[in-house]
Amino acid sequence: MNDQSLRNFNLNFGPQHPAAHGVLRLILELDGEVVERCDPHVGFLHRGTEKLMEARTYLQNVPYFDRLDYCSPMNQEHAFCLGIEQLLEVEVPRRGQLIRVLYAEIGRLLSHLLNVTAQAMDVGALTPPLWGYEEREKLMVFYERACGARMHANYFRPGGVARDLPDRLVEDIGAFCDPFLKVLDDLDELFIGNRIFKQRNADIGVISLEDAWKFGFSGVMVRGSGAPWDLRKARPYDCYEEMEFDIPVGKNGDCYDRAVIRMEEMRQSTYIMKQCVEKLLKAENRGPVATVNNKICSPPRAEMKRSMEALIHHFKLYTEGFKVPAGEVYAAVEAPKGEFGVYLVSDGGDKPYRCKIRAPGFAHLQAMDFLCKDHLLADVSAILGSLDIVFGEVDR
Amino acid sequence: MSAELEKLGEKVAAALPGVVKGLKIAYGELTVEVERSRWLDAARVLRDDPELLFVSFTDITAADYPERDLRFDVVLHLLSPKHNQRIRVKTQTDEETPVASLTSLYPGADWFERETYDLFGVLFDGHPDLRRIMTDYGFDGHPLRKDFPMSGYLEVRYDDERKRVVYEPLNLTQEYRKFDFLSPWEGVQYDLPGDEKASK
Repeated sequence: MNDQSLRNFNLNFGPQHPAAHGVLRLILELDGEVVERCDPHVGFLHRGTEKLMEARTYLQNVPYFDRLDYCSPMNQEHAFCLGIEQLLEVEVPRRGQLIRVLYAEIGRLLSHLLNVTAQAMDVGALTPPLWGYEEREKLMVFYERACGARMHANYFRPGGVARDLPDRLVEDIGAFCDPFLKVLDDLDELFIGNRIFKQRNADIGVISLEDAWKFGFSGVMVRGSGAPWDLRKARPYDCYEEMEFDIPVGKNGDCYDRAVIRMEEMRQSTYIMKQCVEKLLKAENRGPVATVNNKICSPPRAEMKRSMEALIHHFKLYTEGFKVPAGEVYAAVEAPKGEFGVYLVSDGGDKPYRCKIRAPGFAHLQAMDFLCKDHLLADVSAILGSLDIVFGEVDR
Repeated sequence: MSAELEKLGEKVAAALPGVVKGLKIAYGELTVEVERSRWLDAARVLRDDPELLFVSFTDITAADYPERDLRFDVVLHLLSPKHNQRIRVKTQTDEETPVASLTSLYPGADWFERETYDLFGVLFDGHPDLRRIMTDYGFDGHPLRKDFPMSGYLEVRYDDERKRVVYEPLNLTQEYRKFDFLSPWEGVQYDLPGDEKASK
């Protein structure tokens, strides 16, 4: 064979490939087995959420956020609600804040459980996802018992949450925590210490902290590179300020560090959940779960049957919605996948004038070319797994 | 909080003489308006000034105000992890005038600028690869502009005879209903049916 017939090989990875985590299409330029260039094509799941939101009231828009990162639906709602509350300048009652923090942490467990175990599957271990799904199932039952839906919750509302939690449910969540810590230890033993898992992930997809900031990384991706940066600590929202937890930080910025951090974050989330449960069961933390201002939050349904005022409020809120003062805010939460932000522009009407959804996965995925360069083809799926992307939020 | 932001605003104004057009603190956030021609300079100073150090790129997007001459607000969000501060930088442009691309400073701006181009049609000067990103291959128009209808112009279906997906002009059996919730007591601008009798 003469030299002229040598050329790089182009490979289409996805959009239907089990390791593509959804509908990603990667165009890989390979030199032998080494990736020279990686061009991700996204947008296959683009639903035009931001355009749709401009034609709907704030309350009608909350469910769209469940459908972004569908692995941890309530964390997305949280950012949108915080943005609206910032514009309306309303305070969420304490019990509402505790419930939100509790469910935001359940969301973090849901997302991390799926991601860490799926990453193990991406590098060849088939058992961990089965163990992870078992726990996810229990957590989804907690979602269901709070709001009636396993995934698309529509539970966080501007001003609080949709309804109070029964004590039985809070106790059951408390009872879930300690056995779950055992399951995490089992998962640790199952694959985190595993030789093959280490071989496939350590020193793969390394990114320095400086680069991580420039690429717009957030969440586990910067913590893996050594920054103790967590919005729950740095810019606390709701009642995260009083919660005790640690921020795990990595040293090498590789795929293995990120997996280990996610495991440790699940433990920390469980501690936060325990603190929430303890506080929710105390008598001093009873009371309303959403702001009592009926111009923003609907009065309870039972009252609607008796009080004319409540009926009018209910009708007005679910047809016209509430008006939000003109202005612009950027509200961000520490979602499991990184900083999930909502840039909300209001013109004083009952619908958002512009709502930009800043998804962490979008910023992470664009670094694929940078991270995959000079790696082997087999590493692409390991890197993709450790980026923790979900196409609901990348494509919006 | 707001005293801290005022201090930050003074620092930004001092670091960017002649570039800052306006400073605003609202809802606990600092917004800086800059000249379009100095967009890249402003970002460079914000990133490198040791008092500011906005090294983390958060977001670039736009908002459309079709009634204005310069119809687009281009909005940049940056984060300073060192000082734990956020900043919003804004400039204005129209459909034809490009804004300098920030990809040389923040590689993370790449896709965000592509998205803004795709959805709004804002042009970025110096962007290495300004392709569409979100919309379909071969899509026409910029969907997040206010004059683009929410329902779009085309619909897609699978044609059983031709055995492929076909694009056809949109055919709505019912117009999209936009309800008017403006209360007659809150200063409507138009006549309600029957109002003409009152003036007779």
